[in-house]
Amino acid sequence: MLDDFFTRAMVAGIGVAAVAGPLGCFIVWRRMAYFGDTMSHSALMGVALGFLLGIDLAVGVIVTAVAVAVLLVVLQRTRGMSADTILGILSHSALSLGLVAISLMTWLRLDLMGYLFGDVLAVRVADLWWIYGGGALVLAALATIWRPLLAVTVDEDLARAEGVPALPVQLAFMLLIAVVIAIAMKIVGILLITSLLIIPAAAARRIARTPEQMAIGAAVAGAAAVVLGLYGSLEFDTPSGPSIVVAAAAVFAVSLLPIPRQG
Amino acid sequence: MPDSRGLPQGAVDIRSKRPAALVSATGLGVRRGGHWLVRNIALDVMPGEVVTVIGPNGGGKTTLLRALLGLIRPTAGTVRRQAGLRVGYVPQRLTIDRVLPLTVHRLMTLTVRRPRQAVETALGETGIADLIDHRVETLSGGEFQRVMLARALLMEPDLLVLDEPVQGVDFAGEADLYRLIAEIRNRHGCGVLMVSHDLHVVMASTDRVLCLNQHVCCAGQPHDISRHPEYLRLFGPRAAQAYAVYEHHHDHAHALSGEVVRFPGCDHDHHGQHHHNHGEPDRR
Repeated sequence: MLDDFFTRAMVAGIGVAAVAGPLGCFIVWRRMAYFGDTMSHSALMGVALGFLLGIDLAVGVIVTAVAVAVLLVVLQRTRGMSADTILGILSHSALSLGLVAISLMTWLRLDLMGYLFGDVLAVRVADLWWIYGGGALVLAALATIWRPLLAVTVDEDLARAEGVPALPVQLAFMLLIAVVIAIAMKIVGILLITSLLIIPAAAARRIARTPEQMAIGAAVAGAAAVVLGLYGSLEFDTPSGPSIVVAAAAVFAVSLLPIPRQG
Repeated sequence: MPDSRGLPQGAVDIRSKRPAALVSATGLGVRRGGHWLVRNIALDVMPGEVVTVIGPNGGGKTTLLRALLGLIRPTAGTVRRQAGLRVGYVPQRLTIDRVLPLTVHRLMTLTVRRPRQAVETALGETGIADLIDHRVETLSGGEFQRVMLARALLMEPDLLVLDEPVQGVDFAGEADLYRLIAEIRNRHGCGVLMVSHDLHVVMASTDRVLCLNQHVCCAGQPHDISRHPEYLRLFGPRAAQAYAVYEHHHDHAHALSGEVVRFPGCDHDHHGQHHHNHGEPDRR
């Protein structure tokens, strides 16, 4: 079954959406969209680092993304500049640094477009292992820190006053984002990863009454976007990553429609 | 309660020599960006005591609370919390983003797991048990503050820390909320430390007042504080009447339960205060 590239793409995409949905809810709740963007933009540096050191690219991406996240937090704490400005600086310099570093490594021949916008149709069986193994780990970890992370998200002071270890929980959360970036890179590319985190979560808001419902809804909405986007890309011969994001935006638009009342 | 009436003795040292303070600060100072937000604060909160911190905006009230809670590290001095102290905290201006779907029940059990029955009981104490399954974003300001108060009670706290507990509540609701806080103290015997800029009603339900403007301007019982020159300088002479309003109401209730009509002296006194109060309405 997994011999077919289209099936592999579908399985990979749904796997990523299932993880990105719940994690993306927290990015939406914590207003970290731009933060997540900055982390994913740093992934290209991670790829360069991976090639340079001859280590697994995913490991390079995770290390770089976490480093950037910690740097962001430290810079924000020092309060020299607004968070907005710091994110703007880091987001684009991280991306550009990655591009420059890769172009300096003249011996490398790699498909830059694939990294930037994803190449889901080139997913191999080994990638599926990464996605489902890593994804299961991320979901298990997220389930473990779910309650404290939610408490910190509602109000950090309140959570800390009531004994929630805010800092470790937040660091763990950033690590999870980094892992998701590493495994989602192949599907939608580093430029579009945050859309897979945020749009399904936003689409699930309307129907959700609890945080958990919203997380599950986001996973389902993301999976629907993957299915729609991939079929769309096959039908209209469009690039798969952007097609998935367009489909996600369409799902979000549908979620905005007024719900017919049954009487 | 103002049993020391007739003994205007100015500031009373708010530090007590009794040993069992729930939380106690000595020489506490917090400095940020080259400025002292608060400095040289000494404060004890004893079990069963309501201590209110008043002061102008930017006077460091919230900073003091956060330092006492251990949320920020003091630059100078020490904060001691009783070992195993359970704190129920209502932070200032908590806003929950509409994008985060929460019911009241879920908000109540954010950091503690409690049976639904216990949650209902806590909400019942603040008079809103029927809101348990409501969405948080549909609550009014007063309802939300009552939820937060019930939430703090669910912690079975030794100490309630309330930062501007009547924020976003209309004036009639304010008095109710302060009465509720006093009731809670009586029922649970917990200490209460609260911050307010609202002198009016707060004086009624407070054992001790600490007036803060970067440093402790004055501290003591509400009755004494309302006559303290530092207090009057900070809040203006009309502020003295804030306490008079309370005293008036208090006397009135007292008089009704004792036979007031037979004592023309008392009646006269009462009448005089009444007259005084009518020119009062400085509600802010």
